[in-house]
Amino acid sequence: MQSPVTHAPQEPSESVQREPGPLPASKKVWHNPMMVPLRSVPSRQRWFLGFCFFVVFFVAWALVTFTGVVSPTFLANPASMLEEGWLLFTQFDFANDIGMTVMRVLGGFVLASIIAVPLGIVMGSYKLIEAFFEPFVSFCRYLPASAFVPLLILWAGIGEMQKILVIFIGSFFQITLMVAVTVGAARRDLVEAAYTLGATNRSVVRRVIIPGAAPEIAELLRLVLGWAWTYVIVAELIGSSSGIGHMIVDSQAMLNTGQMIFGIIVIGCIGLLSDFLFKAANRRLFVWSAFK
Amino acid sequence: MNKPKLSVRQVERIFTGPKGEKTQALLPVDYQVNENDFITILGPSGCGKSTLLRIVAGLDQPTRGEVWLDGERVEGPGADRGMVFQSYTLFPWLSVQQNICFGLEERGVSKAAQKERSDYFINKVGLRGFEHHFPRQLSGGMQQRTAIARALANDPKILLMDEPFGALDNQTRVMMQELLLSIWESSRKTVLFVTHDIDEAIFMANKVAIFSARPGRIKTEVAVDFPHPREYRLKTSPEFMALKARVTEEIRVETLQAQEH
Repeated sequence: MQSPVTHAPQEPSESVQREPGPLPASKKVWHNPMMVPLRSVPSRQRWFLGFCFFVVFFVAWALVTFTGVVSPTFLANPASMLEEGWLLFTQFDFANDIGMTVMRVLGGFVLASIIAVPLGIVMGSYKLIEAFFEPFVSFCRYLPASAFVPLLILWAGIGEMQKILVIFIGSFFQITLMVAVTVGAARRDLVEAAYTLGATNRSVVRRVIIPGAAPEIAELLRLVLGWAWTYVIVAELIGSSSGIGHMIVDSQAMLNTGQMIFGIIVIGCIGLLSDFLFKAANRRLFVWSAFK
Repeated sequence: MNKPKLSVRQVERIFTGPKGEKTQALLPVDYQVNENDFITILGPSGCGKSTLLRIVAGLDQPTRGEVWLDGERVEGPGADRGMVFQSYTLFPWLSVQQNICFGLEERGVSKAAQKERSDYFINKVGLRGFEHHFPRQLSGGMQQRTAIARALANDPKILLMDEPFGALDNQTRVMMQELLLSIWESSRKTVLFVTHDIDEAIFMANKVAIFSARPGRIKTEVAVDFPHPREYRLKTSPEFMALKARVTEEIRVETLQAQEH
């Protein structure tokens, strides 16, 4: 049996041995219960507060327009905006414009997703493939989609294909890279666990990497769909005969700010709705990821 | 002397850092595990014991040396070596039952047979009624029980455990030790179990392999001859205490040495 081992005693200096002096008395702190950082708010209160700001916004808008502080040439008041909106639907077939725009967004976005998501998964999973594509995709990501509009008109005319391509270019490279990064951040310990359970390379991708990344991929698609909405308007501003963007340009020519604002608000509402639907779908699809 | 189940031959591991600096994690290790052994590998943290286990699992490659299991050389990870990790490695998108069936699905076992096996092991680890829970709805102890069931359901030749109870609170850990031991007592599955907990190492094992400080090697092997079935009272018996004192002394030398580096 070995003799017990202890630390070699060191001779500490005198200053270390002296007990330190007293601290100032600790202050009693009052925490405002309304302003506790990161404290969550009951959902009814949250809805109410969110609604309140819309009210504040419209009241402020009404104030500056009805009182004549801002001239109607630059900003229509809320009432005439609604009136113009009514006219748009009843006389100018605005529903068709909305339909066209939604179709273009969905067409370009779905097309981009169908190709970009699998490519991103393959890139994130297999580093050889990532090394091959990543620099080029990164380069393309910084090409502004709107700058392609004139070129795309040259290539694809001013038909639907051109609009869809603008959205495709705007979304495709972003989705690819974001998916690749998400997939590349897969938990290594889960991958290892799968291998010890007899998984092959392919099934690690199929059964571990993809399901693990799926909620985040769905979440980033939601984000990119929001961006697609800005691209479609850009595509419709030039060389278009239908769509919300086209309507806005037409209204500008007639200085009809009421219609322009109505168009912008419609875009905001559709965006909000699609975001809401996307979120609800994600929650239903990925029940497990809600548990913390 | 019968043929060893697992044989580690001159396994050495040198890690190369980003600037090319070399760290010797394992000195050449020779070790043999017999069929039905429950071996615990005990050592101070950072001594390379987990590295050895990962090499046996095929998750890490030795710089030199070989690992053989049942007369076959280990080339990479495989279903014949089940593993339970310290971190919670259940697939969070699969239910308890689906997690346990993961390896069976991989082998193409029929759904009916999968259910039969998973039911058996869910019962064995005491998780009846939690089959359809997601891992994140379970406590740490329940997650590790599922992980044990998942590894056992695959019927590996050897079960590798890398500090599986290290993240659990003390009471849960003790319960888990008893659970695992009772499973082992009924099936006598060969187990290689890494831990830094001395009580745990002695309580579970029929042999404790004590690791040296880094660079790691197996310094001594202590046989634990307490009869089975063992129960928690064993831990307070004088014989257990005496053995613990001996092992503690062995480990203390290594821990002090590790701190000097």
